[in-house]
Amino acid sequence: MKFLRDQVDKLKPHFSEGGKLSMLHSSFDALETFLFVPNHTTKNGAHIRDGIDLKRTMFIVVIALIPALLFGMWNLGFQFHKATGVDASLMDNFLIGLIHTLPIILVSYGVGLGIEMAFAQFRGHPVNEGFLVSGLLIPMVMPADVPLWMVGVATAFAVIIGKEVFGGTGMNLLNPALTARMFLYIGYTPKMSGEECWTPIADGVATVDSYSGATTLGNIASASAKSEGWSENLFSWKTSMMDSIIGTVPGSIGETSVVAILIGAVILIAAGIGSWKIMLSTILGGLFMGWIMDIAGNGNAWTEMPAYYHLIIGGFMFGAVFMATDPVSAAQTGRGKWIYGFLIGVLTVLIRVFNPGYPEGIMMAILLMNVFAPLIDYYVVQSNIKTRLKRVKVQ
Amino acid sequence: MSDNIEKKVSEPLLSKKRKQLVSNPMDTDNPITIQVLGICSALAVTIALEGTVIMALAVFFVLVLANVLISAMRNTIPNRIRIIVQLVVVASLVAVVDQVLRAYAYEQSKALSVFVGLIITNCIVMGRLEAFAMGNKPWDSFLDGVGNAVGYGWIIIAIAFVRELFGAGKLFGQQVLPDSYIGNGFFATPAAACIILGLIIWILRAKSGYVED
Repeated sequence: MKFLRDQVDKLKPHFSEGGKLSMLHSSFDALETFLFVPNHTTKNGAHIRDGIDLKRTMFIVVIALIPALLFGMWNLGFQFHKATGVDASLMDNFLIGLIHTLPIILVSYGVGLGIEMAFAQFRGHPVNEGFLVSGLLIPMVMPADVPLWMVGVATAFAVIIGKEVFGGTGMNLLNPALTARMFLYIGYTPKMSGEECWTPIADGVATVDSYSGATTLGNIASASAKSEGWSENLFSWKTSMMDSIIGTVPGSIGETSVVAILIGAVILIAAGIGSWKIMLSTILGGLFMGWIMDIAGNGNAWTEMPAYYHLIIGGFMFGAVFMATDPVSAAQTGRGKWIYGFLIGVLTVLIRVFNPGYPEGIMMAILLMNVFAPLIDYYVVQSNIKTRLKRVKVQ
Repeated sequence: MSDNIEKKVSEPLLSKKRKQLVSNPMDTDNPITIQVLGICSALAVTIALEGTVIMALAVFFVLVLANVLISAMRNTIPNRIRIIVQLVVVASLVAVVDQVLRAYAYEQSKALSVFVGLIITNCIVMGRLEAFAMGNKPWDSFLDGVGNAVGYGWIIIAIAFVRELFGAGKLFGQQVLPDSYIGNGFFATPAAACIILGLIIWILRAKSGYVED
């Protein structure tokens, strides 16, 4: 450690003002603060009890994502071995997942951080940590079989169009990770949905007879298209509700396990990073709309399905816990958060039930509400002003 | 522009001012990137180059002729019904374009569908008639029409170029990228046109330093 510190200190004069490499100081600062705690000392404001900064915020989210990520890796191998009919140990499953997930993570971070650094250099502001979370969220919402160049293109699109054109971290209207997924989903639909993409099985590899690869969402959507009713057989692999909760079903890398996501939710809420209001209201919104569908339904699989199943299939929980709560793109006011989350839940179920083209609705619901979040905040603030004005006594 | 009408001494056919009538709308006063008019058709018809070029030609024809006709009639049009007169002229021209397309380019006319008819309501056409042709001589109006039509045309052709190239790997329906290229369906949606247009506006304004008030 001492050696590293010395080396960094030796290099430092070159990068500080007046040094010959001073133009690269943003990149150097980024490297230094990754290696060491910044030595900035508090000059005033000792009344601040907890000077939480962007770095810590982001890191807690990354920690909260780890359970879902690790489970997703294991599940990938599990799905692979189940499809090919091989009995595999825990380690084998995990390794298969690691082999497929790690390149996606590396591409996502490499492309995203590269662009962020380029923009920071160009604009002359320090590289900030905004991409730490997005860079991990992007792989977690990808199907395992996605080509790496697509991840790269989508990441570049999300960082440039979704974030930098608005002014960088903290200024973006849309959630960058979902922007990346949306880009691929609309751009390369066959690679992002259907039965082929969730499990990385090479061409020509024999699979067991019961293998279909379809997700629960896909099964329900196609059953609904044929006006068939709901049955437990529609769970992917004909498994049960329990498997959907634990997460041993096909799906995007990080989204399948409700349990692992809830662990992440607990971490986020305990650290005060993620808003429990948004998580809760999203779930309530989904339940409410699912319940309306149950009552008013016209007898296809989507409407006959009990409302609470909406929460455990597809990416609902992942979206509600990690995507909707993005502090930048979500609503900021307390009441606004309730409205914002509730509408995400409602829209998710609406899109699932009524739009045959898009089996999963949470991605679009969150992006749509991201756009409306500033409007919601505006009206919440206005109504606060109005109620307070009423209290004013004019003499 | 009113001094234009009262001028007695005849100007050379292509004086500096008149050259600017053509060149300004292509660059510093572009109807799409600066005035942000005609966006609807710029987003809707730009999925492939062929249809876009036809659309650009159609707008060129309508805009230039309407400008000249209205300019020639400008002193006889009662002020209170001028919009109706302009609309009648534009609508007649659009009807001609539509019929010609149906006769000689039926497939393209089907692909462009309502958007040929919607040239009638294109803000650029109405805007130029109101802002320029009503107050200027036919030759000036002709040049102004040419400038604005080309300014509109090159932007939508640029958008269509990007959309067709990345959306399908083709240009004018011919495969140009290798067959292994997977077309990006996002570029087939009008949303992509909106983003590409935004990027073009970004580039042009960064170059010219133009900022919205």
